[in-house]
Amino acid sequence: MPHRTSALPLAGGEEPLTRPVTFTRRRFLGYVIAAPTLATAAPLLVESMTRPAAAVVSSPPEPSQIYDLTDMLTDAAAPTSNLITIVVNSDGTASFALPRAEVGQGITTAVAMTIADEMDLSIEQVVITLADARPELVWNQLTGGSNTMHSIFTPVRVAAAIARQQLLQAAAALLGGLPSDFAVSDGVITAPSGATTTYGALASAAASSTTMPVSVELKPDSARTIVGTSQPRIDALDIVTGRKQFAMDLEVPGAMPTMVCRPPTINGIVSSVENIAQVAAMPGVTDVAVVSTGVAVRAATFGQCIDAVDALEVTWGPGTEDGKSDATVLAELKSAELPLASDLPLLASSVEQEFVFYFVSNSPLETNCAIADVRSDSAEIWSSMKSPIVAQQTIAQKLGLSQDQVTCHVVQGGGSFGRHLFFDAALEAAEISQKMGVPVKLMWHRADDFRQGRTHPMCTSRVRASYLSGNVLTFEQRHTSVSTDFTHGLGEIITASLAELPFGDIGFAETVFELSQSVPYNFGVTDQLLAEVDMGFNTGSMRNIYSPDVTTATELIVDQLAGAMGQDPYAFRRAFLNDDRLLAVLDAVAKAGNWGRSMPAQMAQGLGLHGEYKSRAAALVEIDCTAATVNRQITNGYGGPRVTKVVLAVDVGLPINPLNLEAQMMGGIMDGIARALTFSLHIQDGIPLEASWDNTYYTRQWNVPFDLEVIVMPPTSDEPGGAGELGVAPAMAAVACAYARATGTVPTSFPINHNGPLGFEPYPTVPPIPEEPTDGLSHEY
Amino acid sequence: MPVQTFVLNGQQVTVNCQDDLRLLWVLRDILGVHGPKYGCGLDVCKACTSHINGEAFNPCSVPVSDIEPTDEITTIEGLPATVGMDLHPMQQAWLDYDVAQCGYCQPGQIMAAVALVNEVRANGGTITDDDLDAIRNICRCGTYYRIREAISAGASNM
Repeated sequence: MPHRTSALPLAGGEEPLTRPVTFTRRRFLGYVIAAPTLATAAPLLVESMTRPAAAVVSSPPEPSQIYDLTDMLTDAAAPTSNLITIVVNSDGTASFALPRAEVGQGITTAVAMTIADEMDLSIEQVVITLADARPELVWNQLTGGSNTMHSIFTPVRVAAAIARQQLLQAAAALLGGLPSDFAVSDGVITAPSGATTTYGALASAAASSTTMPVSVELKPDSARTIVGTSQPRIDALDIVTGRKQFAMDLEVPGAMPTMVCRPPTINGIVSSVENIAQVAAMPGVTDVAVVSTGVAVRAATFGQCIDAVDALEVTWGPGTEDGKSDATVLAELKSAELPLASDLPLLASSVEQEFVFYFVSNSPLETNCAIADVRSDSAEIWSSMKSPIVAQQTIAQKLGLSQDQVTCHVVQGGGSFGRHLFFDAALEAAEISQKMGVPVKLMWHRADDFRQGRTHPMCTSRVRASYLSGNVLTFEQRHTSVSTDFTHGLGEIITASLAELPFGDIGFAETVFELSQSVPYNFGVTDQLLAEVDMGFNTGSMRNIYSPDVTTATELIVDQLAGAMGQDPYAFRRAFLNDDRLLAVLDAVAKAGNWGRSMPAQMAQGLGLHGEYKSRAAALVEIDCTAATVNRQITNGYGGPRVTKVVLAVDVGLPINPLNLEAQMMGGIMDGIARALTFSLHIQDGIPLEASWDNTYYTRQWNVPFDLEVIVMPPTSDEPGGAGELGVAPAMAAVACAYARATGTVPTSFPINHNGPLGFEPYPTVPPIPEEPTDGLSHEY
Repeated sequence: MPVQTFVLNGQQVTVNCQDDLRLLWVLRDILGVHGPKYGCGLDVCKACTSHINGEAFNPCSVPVSDIEPTDEITTIEGLPATVGMDLHPMQQAWLDYDVAQCGYCQPGQIMAAVALVNEVRANGGTITDDDLDAIRNICRCGTYYRIREAISAGASNM
């Protein structure tokens, strides 16, 4: 079901979804909660929005420029007046259980900074944990869409401000005087008389025996001392000492290593197993069970699980994509592509190109994994889950338990990149634990994570733009994609929010496309459509969802338009941009990156721009496509063109932690380089060929720019926009544009090396797990 | 069941397990030493990088019986003790540059960095871009640029 994003559905020139920008101090309502020590709470509700007014005349605003995915995720929280709670402890610390998943994006640090700033604590005095699944939050426990800080910043500040207010009132009762005359530093309260007390000492006295509403004024921006400053991650010491615990580092009694023997084609099913008894008798093996995804084995060690998996003799039934290959999927996509408008404007010239984007794995370094302890009347799950409520519901249904009999603990994840929006390992571990009747510590093998794990779906993007007399008259984009699975709770939000959207009831994917994609240029009649095919692949969102592909296609066409109209790519963008914040980041990178400087042959600069999540970013890239560089030999790897320099400017509205914001941009840049040049899966005979990091080429050290600069723009809002995914699209687009300018050839399929000779010998699919090497001591250094 | 013994982070340890069990599983599943991470089990991602007698290696690819009783295995947990400090200079550099994001690969990255600097030093050189380019450890968060900065800084304090 296609949908068009060009329509201007807002009648009468009104902007009913645009709310006033408020920089004034407002009073907020929260609660003091009945508890032994002070506990304060706020509804997860952000009322202040800074939606940009659409002022451009020549291109009507697309829906996502008025009301975007961030708005939808934020507004979805509004009717859920459930509370987030800060507890002040008698040791002077403040505790907060964050109803989101930390997977490396730095939200625990940002939230600790926010609480510390509002309460006048040091960051070390704030303890952040991840909340278990809280079903009463309904759809408001989803970590995705780079929405965490945008949605949680104000609620957290309200709860923290109430805590400070209550503590100062208790101090005034103790020491005399007015709370407003007291000073606080690191939780030490000083009265005008010089007398002091502490938050810890007052934690009980400030507590309430009843729950009651309280109103509070937030600190003015000028009083901030922590938010907006660079702070190291709160878990950095645990990480560098190896103490940080991921799911597979937890010691849950009885939970023994467990792995699954998986099929030779995507989603193949077990027909029969010939040697269960023999495998069950192998060293260390305790249990073998056929489950819906394969044959599970549990053993004393993962090494013994691997031996058992590979010893299983399984007859496999069909999968969901048997016989499929890159070529067959491409044919499906082409046949589903929606037509371009039949007529171009009279006398206009045009540029047109179709781009192909191949499958990419969204696997983090930590493979899918979960611990499950399922009993007859309860289940307890530990896993990195970004949609734990949906996980809890789905697991309960699978096990035949009620939702409240299932506890889902959210564990910090070793990356996500979209993968943990789903809870495949948690659901599978629950099924295995129930079937075996024992707790299990389930881990996917790397080969399985690439071959049976979720992917960014293959897609095509056809773009045609027409121009006449120095004006761009039309810009059409037809994006055609293998279906993206959004059934992880974002779907629930969309279902619940459909009536509120400005363009009526359309499908999940079309809604996300509609809400996230826009062309930020005055290109006349602008028209972006999505069509989807083929539901049988295991897909999901990957960092920045549609934007890296859509933006890369757009920006390559922008460069072609500039060339056709005789303009420099930077000057052309400046002339046609319809967004002041994008213009500012573009100017910043052009200046810092010395745009237009002379480059040797086969080397060039490129530009890429993207706005999403209430944020804006621009990248300037320099690439080296000389033969000496492209053909450099990398053992068991791929060199290719090298991006030698990147300058990226980012405007996130209100930057909370510039140090981490830079880090998120660096990660986005590495993803963008990989997506443009090297990183993909090849589908053949119904399964990806790739089974190792030496098969699928995510960025390695030999691909890293020698020079990398991130420019954090000054605040443009009083609220933070999204950052975690933001850097991928502009970086990928800039690399593609630089490659085109360096080589004189516009790349039309991504990654650019995908259709070259396969750089590795594929591992067999039977047995599913490659043999563990034994020669590790010969590689010492 | 065969008896396996070696020196782990300064202490002689003994376990009963089959000879061909890879050392990573001995460390993680039997001894409960969780600093070395699993990322592939194929000696590719390098998330489990540790040291044997001061040199980097990947325990996912070594049968435990290949380890001699006198071999000294050092994981991230034992790294500070090798220099008699609370933190190795390379760990401190990782903090100074706020390298980590999710943190899953970083114990392996740090162990690889220390061995690389030692090796380059032993050959009389200083760390170059080519040396850094040769590091194979995957960081899927893409912290590579800060890793490069931290290694250069950490090396100067080693």
